[in-house]
Amino acid sequence: MLRLLQIEFIKLWNNRASKVLIISYFVLLTSIALIAAIKFDIGPVEFHLADQGIFNFPYIWHFNTFVTALFKLFLAIVIVSMMSNEYSNKTIKQNLIDGLSKKEFITSKVLTVISFALISTIFVFVVSMILGLAYSDYNEMSIIFSDLEFLPAFFIKLVGFFSFCLFLGILVKRSAFALGFLILWTIFEQVVFGLLGWKVMSWEAAKAVKRFFPLESMSNLIKEPFTRLSAVQNIGQQIGEDMKFDYHVYWYEFFIVIIWTAIFIYLSYALLKKRDL
Amino acid sequence: METILTVSHLTKKFGYLTAVNDLSFTIEKGNVYGILGPNGSGKSTTLGIILNVVNRTSGEFSWFDGSTTTHDALKKVGAIIERPNFYPYMNAIQNLRLVCKIKDVPETKIQEKLELVGLWDRRNSKFKTYSLGMKQRMAIASALLNDPEILILDEPTNGLDPQGIHQIREIIKTIANQGTTILLASHLLDEVEKVCSHVIILRKGENLYSGPVDSMLASHGFFELRSTDLDQLQTLLEKSASFGKIENFNGTLTAYLKEEMDAESLNKMLFEKGITLSHLVKRKESLEEQFLTLTKNQ
Repeated sequence: MLRLLQIEFIKLWNNRASKVLIISYFVLLTSIALIAAIKFDIGPVEFHLADQGIFNFPYIWHFNTFVTALFKLFLAIVIVSMMSNEYSNKTIKQNLIDGLSKKEFITSKVLTVISFALISTIFVFVVSMILGLAYSDYNEMSIIFSDLEFLPAFFIKLVGFFSFCLFLGILVKRSAFALGFLILWTIFEQVVFGLLGWKVMSWEAAKAVKRFFPLESMSNLIKEPFTRLSAVQNIGQQIGEDMKFDYHVYWYEFFIVIIWTAIFIYLSYALLKKRDL
Repeated sequence: METILTVSHLTKKFGYLTAVNDLSFTIEKGNVYGILGPNGSGKSTTLGIILNVVNRTSGEFSWFDGSTTTHDALKKVGAIIERPNFYPYMNAIQNLRLVCKIKDVPETKIQEKLELVGLWDRRNSKFKTYSLGMKQRMAIASALLNDPEILILDEPTNGLDPQGIHQIREIIKTIANQGTTILLASHLLDEVEKVCSHVIILRKGENLYSGPVDSMLASHGFFELRSTDLDQLQTLLEKSASFGKIENFNGTLTAYLKEEMDAESLNKMLFEKGITLSHLVKRKESLEEQFLTLTKNQ
């Protein structure tokens, strides 16, 4: 296993573009701490974002995992190109001839994806912990360690998304087209949802179906955290809107994403096995 | 004899096209094999199948008497298929380190192999800066990293200039002299003739011949003869039972033998009949002539 990871590491780390993207990604993850510095000071209106409760435990787990997940596109580029470059450089052929089995080849890519997701999760945990300890209004142990399910949700979400990228890389074989396909697919899911709700079934039912779409199920794992903020809640109450919102992570949401991940990895393997190089 | 590779009844179809048709052969340890065939005769496809990058339609192949899986066997094989494929953004050392990791061998051999192919001085240059000849030599170095039991080369001199071709041939000869089994696919007949002891001849995916180069055709060779009295020589030879076809080309007679005869006894016989020769050579058909005869007959 370590050997497979080392192989992938040599390939990635010697590629300048990948290296820059990976480093930028982790710098961006850390830079979420900069939100703390957002401060408006316009005469009587004094606004310090860190004081608005976004760094309060346990809310910070939700907020940080949601925001950092937006940066995953950086790694998506790295993953799509690490896969499709093997095709355009024909190095996949050479790898197989040199004695890497097709299974090992896919395993090495999947292990890399899992490592990326794992390191990101640890990063987010550490950054959030430090920010929380610095700014949170509540510092009791029991509060700090509540709502931690957002971290595994973040991990599964990344693994699922990156597996999708991996599959696209193998399917399309060209990194630019694969990324285009990714965007197309995002739109496609929304269009299908729209058509279902408009013509086929009720909007309620369409929403239920939409939860099973690959990208939608991944983004559904961590719902948007903004309406949870007390400031936003207050405004909502003032204008009479009920902002009761279910933000929890449910086991079946995990389940759907894990199933998609398995499907994408299996399809990648099946595709590789079937193709002549 | 130790068998390295056995291929039996291998078939590969690309849609309607049959690239390899019911192909069988074996590779024994210590020989240098050439796979010969015109373009599109299924050479590369066959190599692709035994190297696990092309899926077979039917048939079997087994490495090392079937004692290991193909995947493990490939770690004991060194192979170059068509163009050399490496990571363009990495230098020689980095690329070879990666190969070492894949083959699961220590990195100690990198220097030795790069020196063998004359690339040690350029070890820190990126692969994409190499000329085609250097890339090809780098591929050979990479294939040799695990001191393979068998080295498989597919058109190793394709697209190279004369110096490049010469360099690659010298390297192949050096490796062959060390006792490594070599399987060389080529459509360049003189290349195969120069280095191979055995040949496998393919046409349209079918095996026309496999065996030693010498016994490819059941032929006894031919004489090239010149004399002042050419007509008399020709009539004399036509009467003899030992000769078949006799051709006169630009004042040189080519007489094909129907049975074994050495040059000495022919010379003696002709001299006794009063004919003196100004030119006498006994030759076997070159591989090219044999190849053309074989592929034409079928």
